[in-house]
This record gives sequence, C-alpha cells and structure tokens, in this order.
Amino acid sequence: MKPVLKHITQHYVFRRVLQLVPVLFGISLVTFLLIQLMPSDPATVVLRSTNVPATPETIAAMREKLGLDRPLVMQYLSWLWRVLHLDFGRSFVTNEPVLQSVMHYAPTTLMLTICAAALILVIGLPVGILAALYRDSLFDQASRVFAYVGTAMPNFWLGFLLLYLFSYRLGWFSVTSRGSITDWILPAITLAWTPAAIYARLLRSSMLDSLSQNYVLYARARGLLERLIISRYVLKNALLPVVTVFGLSLAQLLSGTVIVESVFALPGLGRFAVESILNRDYPVVQCYVCLTAVLFVCINLLIDLTYSYLDPRIRLGRQED
Amino acid sequence: MPLLRQLLHHKIAWVGLTLISLLVFTALFAPVIAPHDPLQVDLMQKLQPASFAYPLGTDHLGRCILSRLVYGSRVSLSVALMVVALTTVISLIVGMVAGYIGGKIDTWLMRICDVFLAFPALILSLAIVGILGGGLLNLVLALTASHWAWYARIVRSRVLSVKESDFVKAAIVSGTRPPSLMLRHILPYTLAELAILASLDLSHMILHIAGLSFLGLGIQPPTPEWGAMLNDGRDFFRRVPTLMFYPGLMIFTVSLAFNFVGDALRDVLDPQTERRTLTKPLTSKLQNG
Repeated sequence: MKPVLKHITQHYVFRRVLQLVPVLFGISLVTFLLIQLMPSDPATVVLRSTNVPATPETIAAMREKLGLDRPLVMQYLSWLWRVLHLDFGRSFVTNEPVLQSVMHYAPTTLMLTICAAALILVIGLPVGILAALYRDSLFDQASRVFAYVGTAMPNFWLGFLLLYLFSYRLGWFSVTSRGSITDWILPAITLAWTPAAIYARLLRSSMLDSLSQNYVLYARARGLLERLIISRYVLKNALLPVVTVFGLSLAQLLSGTVIVESVFALPGLGRFAVESILNRDYPVVQCYVCLTAVLFVCINLLIDLTYSYLDPRIRLGRQED
Repeated sequence: MPLLRQLLHHKIAWVGLTLISLLVFTALFAPVIAPHDPLQVDLMQKLQPASFAYPLGTDHLGRCILSRLVYGSRVSLSVALMVVALTTVISLIVGMVAGYIGGKIDTWLMRICDVFLAFPALILSLAIVGILGGGLLNLVLALTASHWAWYARIVRSRVLSVKESDFVKAAIVSGTRPPSLMLRHILPYTLAELAILASLDLSHMILHIAGLSFLGLGIQPPTPEWGAMLNDGRDFFRRVPTLMFYPGLMIFTVSLAFNFVGDALRDVLDPQTERRTLTKPLTSKLQNG
C-alpha cells in the first residue's frame, strides 16, 4: 500500500467510522423486520385507515402496490434502496411523505433537547465540582440526595408535579404554549432532571479521582495557587470522562423527549411517534426508530472521536495492536 | 449469609430492604389489604375525596384508588422480575457462547449486540410493544429485546476473564469436558455477578415499565398499573391532583428503594469503589436511555 493510503487506513478516525458500517446495516435490518412483527396484514391496515372496504380484490391490489407480494429479501432491498435516498414512504394516515412530517416535528424536539442539555451543564457542572471540592460537607450530602431523588424520579410524574405547582397553583407559567421562551422552562427541567443528577455525581467522582493524582500533589508542593491547580489540572483531567457521559446523556434526552412531549403536549417528534404507534401508522414508526438509532450511533461516534482527540492515549494505543 | 449480614450494616440498605419487603408483602396479600375490588366501577362514587370507605378517594370511574395501587404493585413487580429473568437467561446463553467459543461466532454475536445497543432502549421497546400490541407478555418481550444485549456483553467479558483464571486452566488440564467446564466452573461465577447486576437494574426497569404504560403502550386498562393510572388521571389532574400524585409516589418510592439496596450491595461487594457510589449503574442507566 502507498504510505499515504496506509496512513489513512490505520488512522483511528477512519477505523472508527468503518466500524459504523455493519452497525448501520444492522439498524436498517432490525427496523425493517420490526414491521414484520405486526400481527395484522399491512395492506388491511392501510385500507382500513383510508376507509376503503377490505375486499379480497382491494387487499390484493394494495399488497401489490406496497410490494408485499414479493419475497421478503426483495422487499428489504427495495426498502433499503429507498431509505438510502431518504424516502421512508408515505404515512398510512395522512398520505404525506413520512420524512416531511418528521422534519416538521423535529425542531420542537431539537429545541427541547438543546434547552435540557444546557440545563444539564448549568446544574451538573457546578454541583459536581463543588460537591467534590467540599467533600462530605452539607452541600455534598445535599447533592447525594439530589442524585438519589433524580435517578428514582419518573419524569412523567415530575412533569405533572411541576405543571401543577407552577402553572396551576402559582400561575407562573401558562399551561398552553404561547410561543415564548418561557414555554420551554418546565419541559426542559423535567427532561434534564435525571441526567443532571447523574452528571453531577459522575463529575464529582471524576474530580475526586483527579484530585488524588500525583500531579496535583506536585503542583501543591510547588506552591501553586489552589485555584490554579483546580482549573488548570484537576478540572481539565476530570472533564475527560465527563465528555463521554455528556454524550450518553444526550442519548437519554432523546428518549426522554418521548415522555416529556407527551406530558406537556408539545408538538414534537416523540409525541408524533407515540401517536403514530397508536394509529398503527407504521412507516412513521419505522422512520422514527431508524433515524433515532442512526442519530444515537452518530452521537456515540462523535463522543469517541472527541475523547480520542482529548486523550491521545486512546488513538495511539489502539494503533499498536 | 455473610452478604446479607454485611448489607445490613448499611443504614440505607435497611431503608431499601424494608420498603421492598413492604412492597412484596403488599403484592402477595393484595386481596387481603385492598379494601375494594380494584376493577369495580361505581359511577355514583366517581372522583370522591378521601373518606373512611375510600382511604385515598376514587378515580373517574369510581374505582378505589388505594385498592388499585395495592394491586398495581403485583403488576410492576411481576413484569420487572419476568424481564430480569428472561434477560438473564438470554444474555447468559449468548454471552457464554460468545465468550467461551470465541472466533467467528463471537464476532457475529457481538455485532448483533452492537446493533441492538444502537437503539435507545425506551424507543426500541416502544416500537416493539406498539407494533405487537400492549399487554403483559408483549411488554416483557419488548423490554427483554431492548435490554438483553447490554447484559450479554457483560457476561461475555466476564467469561473471557474467568477463562484465564487458574481454576479454569486447572480444570482444562485435568480433562474437564467443555459442557461441564461451562456449567460447573464458569457459569456460577458469571451468574452471581449477573444476578446482582440485574437486581441493581430493577429500579430502572420499574421506571421503564411505568413509562410505557403511561404512554398507553404497556399494561392495558382496566388492569391496575401505576403508570397507566397516571395516564388515566391526566384529564382530571387539575381538579383531583391526587389521582396522579399517589401512583407517581409509589413508582418513585419503589425505584428509590431498589436504588438504596443496589448502592449498599455494591459497597459491600466492591468496597474500593466507595467513592464512586452510583457511578457504574448510572452510566448503565444512561446507556439504557
């Protein structure tokens, strides 16, 4: 192999991206087969949702139109081909292209996720750092309670508690959306609550690990200001594992949106997906599941790449084997 | 049991174990404890406040909330236990085969695991249960399908490390055949760890089951289930907030209790990670979505 080519193929990024291919293929297979679990015939479902009487002739015609008369492998290949061209078919209910509807609902979910991710950082970072610096203090104990409450709290319940308290009792937020930024506060808190609690706890333990390292001892021995030691050495190293966790919590946020959007009646993707499931609108479900998994995998890829960028040991270490 | 004795040194384990015992007791003796039939509809009595006859009031169909909460403990517990049992069996088989045999089979099985791990658990289970339809059995299947891969990976890595240990090598040298090696030497080690891991995950499982039922996709009405009760109470919660408050409180308490025991258990088993309490299962919780 030419040296340049060899350099590229041995590069960590290249190999990591290459690993993605079988996973993506598997995702498409699982999403496709998911629909085969359906107890009823898709053709009948489509006919029923379009109010066409299901006679043997109409069913046969619909089966042919949907390609259900072909062998499963051919169905999969043609489905995959269309999906690769971003064509997820048409909704059984509205007859609109599925991807178009999904794109219509995506901004709400994206906004909610961004707000919640910001909250996780705003709450999780200071709580985690302070709990580690003032270990076993009252604040640390409080953060421990926060972690317990945070992980055990069902987010649908928290959402209703917040709604009841702040919207109905105190009247601080309106129940229905008014299109202002305040609409996002309660849903974002609900969504961010559990990940923020976990995040703070993980950052704390990562900080404590980092504080006990020799380089901190050395820095102290050199008489550096504690403030400098914390910001330059401890925090920098403690943040490494936290990057991974932040990525993971992004994934948790994605699935959390399903429930939070349902609680706050936000017109987002998660709620759309649940409605589609209840309406037996399977192309939408398929598209949603597939896109979420792809997004999830891509987030994981980004985390790994960020991590390898921040920690050269990973990138170089793996090259040896 | 030395494990239990050690566990009881933890104050937090006491709290957790007491709550769990109460829950199990409630589930077992539900017909005795519940003042009414949880399914009995009485529209004359709908949305009643707490009274002597109905200690926690009634719901929109006049059913006794306390009785429904009591019976709900049966559903949550049994589904969670079934999922844990099924996940354990599947992941043990996959993980042991992959770890022990290795080679191409290992690669393929792990590829399949990777694919399943690519889906956030809630979303995969949501889709499966949505397509199969609700109900207890489908719920168990959906939850198992969305959780087994994670456990299988852990079993595999455990098998790989046990395989290198001296006692396994000694067994191989003394001529133990592979089936007996797997069942008698490797399995006990993996099983113990997996059982603990699974019990730590019960809290997450309970939240997951309740979440699906809350979305109307898990346990179907009129079966009393906490998440489904929250869903039922939505339309009335402005007037009667207790309809949502009590079921949520139950889910919260039970999940908290399992977390308490889980944390204490981990402290006992792995005292070195004292400082990292919560860390490991938390990461898993995030991964499970």
